Amino acid sequence: MAFLEQSQRILLPANRAYIALTFVLALLFNLLPWRDVTWLPDMVALVLTFWCVHQPRKIGIGIAWFLGLIMDAGNGALLGQHALAYAVLAFAAIGLHRRILWFSLWRQATHVLVLLFACQLLMLGARLIAGGVFPGFAYFGGSLIAAALWPTATFLLLLPQRRPESVDQNRPI
Amino acid sequence: MDYQPPPFFNRGPAPLVRLVFFASLAVLVMVLDARFRYAESLRQVVALLVYPLQRTALVPVELLSAAAEFFTTQVALKRENDELKTRRLQDANELLILEALRAENKQLRRLLDARERLSVDSTLAEILYQGRDPFSRKVVIDKGGHQGIQAGQAVIDDIGVIGQVTRVHPLLSEVTLITDKEQRTPVQVVRNGLRAVIFGGGDRGTLDLSYMAANADVQADDVLVTSGIDGTYPAGLPVAKVSRIERDAAYSFARITCIPTAGTDQHRQVLVLSQEAGLPAPSGEAESRASGLPKQKRARKRE
Repeated sequence: MAFLEQSQRILLPANRAYIALTFVLALLFNLLPWRDVTWLPDMVALVLTFWCVHQPRKIGIGIAWFLGLIMDAGNGALLGQHALAYAVLAFAAIGLHRRILWFSLWRQATHVLVLLFACQLLMLGARLIAGGVFPGFAYFGGSLIAAALWPTATFLLLLPQRRPESVDQNRPI
Repeated sequence: MDYQPPPFFNRGPAPLVRLVFFASLAVLVMVLDARFRYAESLRQVVALLVYPLQRTALVPVELLSAAAEFFTTQVALKRENDELKTRRLQDANELLILEALRAENKQLRRLLDARERLSVDSTLAEILYQGRDPFSRKVVIDKGGHQGIQAGQAVIDDIGVIGQVTRVHPLLSEVTLITDKEQRTPVQVVRNGLRAVIFGGGDRGTLDLSYMAANADVQADDVLVTSGIDGTYPAGLPVAKVSRIERDAAYSFARITCIPTAGTDQHRQVLVLSQEAGLPAPSGEAESRASGLPKQKRARKRE
């Protein structure tokens, strides 16, 4: 494994309750009463991408769809707009999860940027067809910020899965 | 003899199949929501699930504002008190004039045998947050179906119309601001009584007076008030002020841009006016609901 840019640590299995908690926190962030900030990063999309990349057997397209529905109802958006975008996002992230994890964190972030950007484009298309207004290019700033948060998100979300770094001479790894 | 993969590898339908299923489900829901409004019950159920989360998300903001209020200095309070006293003196003068005018107006109306304007009932509500949907201009208020709010009611602040209730949840309701692209408000020019319909500009803080002939008698700084002929808004509420008029000979309509009178993005307290009773139900309601009229128009007709 010398060609990997960073050493891989062996992680504990992911806890379903923790995954659910991260989604609830991300939803809380998204539902905070932001005033007119259109460039807000979509935390639910970021966390969803993360778990689809890291735990594709636990988080799938169905869960993504339901999270999208919650976002739609919570924001008063067109019902199904986030659901569609998140389902496609989950599909793409699951399809790419083996590839993405080979790269270093910042290169992973560029992959995530493309995924989130596509997700926003889908929503924009759906809303423009349904008769919405173009919210301005600042709207896509949200993807940039979310992608920039990817390394931090990786560190935080993997925290409970890390083993303590105890020095044990007898342990092989 | 056919080979089955061992159950260990069995992961249900392929991702592509799942994607197609869920994507078509999402598109179906979108079409139902945008075109036919059949998805309202689904939205109600999901909204009820999200409600605790929404309230929790408001807690840090409320705490912050409470803390800011707590740390207001005495100097600031004193200054505000002085300002308010001065304001009260000025207002008292105007109030006296208003009283006189009201009495005079009453008398004139009686003379004209005009129908006296009813003072409509209203509910005080507070804006909880601005909708996070960047494609529309909506706010969420803290009164809902349990407090007797109905879709279609007009919402005003202390200076004018800010919008209309378009969706009612049990404990919250959504108000579409007059600046939303899909929102139309029937108005009248105060100066000459010209009737028109004003459209939201979509972006922040403008309105368009559309379909006015290029030679229509509209001038800059004209004040527009609700005409009241739709039965939704009481007549005479200030809506907007004309800011810019472009008359181009190439088009048959003038481009008239207006600025809303009310602070559509400023205040926290708003009044939800109850509907004025006494108007006959619009005829042909069933046909209009079945045809593809825009959302707000239908919400208004439903009353």
